[in-house]
Amino acid sequence: MLLAASLNGPDIPWSHILPLLIFLGATCALLLLGSLIPSWPRVGNAVVTISASVAAIVASVVKWNYLHWHKGDTYIADAIAVDRFAVFATIVISLAVVGASLLMSAYLSRTDSEGPELYALFMTAAIGAIVMVSANDLVVLFLGLETLSLSLYLLAASNRRREESQEAGLKYFVLGGFASAFFLYGIALVYGGSGKTSISTIHDSLAAYVSIHKTDAMLLVGIGLLMIGLAFKVSAAPFQVWTPDVYEGAPTPVTAFMASAGKVAAFAAMLRILTVALASRADDWRPVVWALAILTVFVGSTMAVVQTNVKRMLSYSSISHAGFILVGVEAAGHMKGNGLNSSMAYLAIYTVLVLGSFAIVLALSGVDDSETSLDDFKGLAKRRPALALAFSVLLFAQAGVPFTAGFVAKFGVIKSAVEVNSYAIAIAAMVAAVIGAYLYLRIVVSMWMEEPTSNNEIVIARPVRYVIALSVAATLLVGIFPDLLLNAAELVRFAPK
Amino acid sequence: MLSTIAPTNTWYLVLAAVLFGIGTLGVMVRRNPLVMFMCIELMLNAVNLTFVTLATAMSDINGQVVVFFVMVVAAAEVVVGLGIIVSIMRRRTAATADDLSALKG
Repeated sequence: MLLAASLNGPDIPWSHILPLLIFLGATCALLLLGSLIPSWPRVGNAVVTISASVAAIVASVVKWNYLHWHKGDTYIADAIAVDRFAVFATIVISLAVVGASLLMSAYLSRTDSEGPELYALFMTAAIGAIVMVSANDLVVLFLGLETLSLSLYLLAASNRRREESQEAGLKYFVLGGFASAFFLYGIALVYGGSGKTSISTIHDSLAAYVSIHKTDAMLLVGIGLLMIGLAFKVSAAPFQVWTPDVYEGAPTPVTAFMASAGKVAAFAAMLRILTVALASRADDWRPVVWALAILTVFVGSTMAVVQTNVKRMLSYSSISHAGFILVGVEAAGHMKGNGLNSSMAYLAIYTVLVLGSFAIVLALSGVDDSETSLDDFKGLAKRRPALALAFSVLLFAQAGVPFTAGFVAKFGVIKSAVEVNSYAIAIAAMVAAVIGAYLYLRIVVSMWMEEPTSNNEIVIARPVRYVIALSVAATLLVGIFPDLLLNAAELVRFAPK
Repeated sequence: MLSTIAPTNTWYLVLAAVLFGIGTLGVMVRRNPLVMFMCIELMLNAVNLTFVTLATAMSDINGQVVVFFVMVVAAAEVVVGLGIIVSIMRRRTAATADDLSALKG
């Protein structure tokens, strides 16, 4: 009784964490309905998940407008930041859930399996991702990271009939847990160096030290470990080795989700930690990001050249995209210009491109999701011209061809790097973009110029068609009218400023 | 004169760093998924020790509370990790990380 009287919990503004509550409620409802109602229709799983995501998007848009009139702030004992950065990332993550659930419904009906738990895992992963993008405390951010990662390990290993899926799950689990431990050690040492775990308070307390403080060594080691952990999660070179294996082995809808929502959450966490908490130490971490970015763009684009599996090629392409986003992060590290905004715009565009591309891979991958070698894509233009055209648009967009969204994204980060005088990194990124174009053109050439190796009819389920059509439409729309997205991305900023 | 050498906070921090290093090395050199997994747990617990030591040094309760969260995370990781390992073990008799080599390129 005494204890209860003396414990005062923090005030919780429920309306500000509405997207989280929606996903949590939908997860519980889905698992309950799926196990309690014997004749629960299979389509119900996807319907609940997609409705929850749409509701989360609506709630986020309302909050976006609310932030037009009110200043962002931190709530729940400084644990959660409500700002346009978090809202923007939440919308992108919810979109990824919609796309991945549509793909998952096609995948599950093809393999004739049930699976409310897979949709529930998508939503718990989304909860973790949303906590990550809006956390204002390193410990809360870590909990979000683990919620996301644990869900993704299970999703990667979810196809128990395919050995590759199991192997992908175990590899992802071991390396992900390894990276999480580094990240956590980094939090501990940053806590030791600054005395705080709250991101905005670390910012204030580090800014207060003018001279070299005696705990600087601990802080610097902490920053280094945090960056190792984050580089693992965003699959930046030289910490990218797990990515191709995991992306290839995981079921294709899961790959699409990991590549989109997982990367958005990891980059958002990286941006918030580096440019808010460690803003006053930017001169220490910026060279590291610089090196990671250059290494990643080159590793991603050159290693892709020797691959013969389209899913693997796309995973190297996602590594090279991570490098481009790191170019934006480096620009954001100069604390001026719009590196932050261009990185977020890149993440939004990348999410759409990667969902569309993996939707096409799923459409072609056959019943057991294994026909993903480049040979299976040969002569696609003769078998399904519209599908080949859609894939060509998405691949050109990923290469950064003008009048597609990919150009807007790449132009944005390179422009923001040039604006802060990071010429070397901008030139490296452009050179890597040219090398990377080979990878995309190779797929396009084998689709249009070569003879098909089989003439089996390609059946594309309706949900997959929706994802492909929407993503191609969005790619072209943003490519021709970039302001639609850029005007929103311009407004992205952190809470306490 | 052993009694004059009382362990200070630095000792604990160094111990934690050594444990973390052992865990890191273990994940990199051992080939049994279960042992790799135990090494990750060792790394997490080394971080716990760091948190407690720093919290004591700074007389700040927050660092000690973190340990409970990390324990919960570690427990959840055990559940998920063992689930994946068991599901692989069902297909094959021995679980060695080197045997899992269908994915490469």
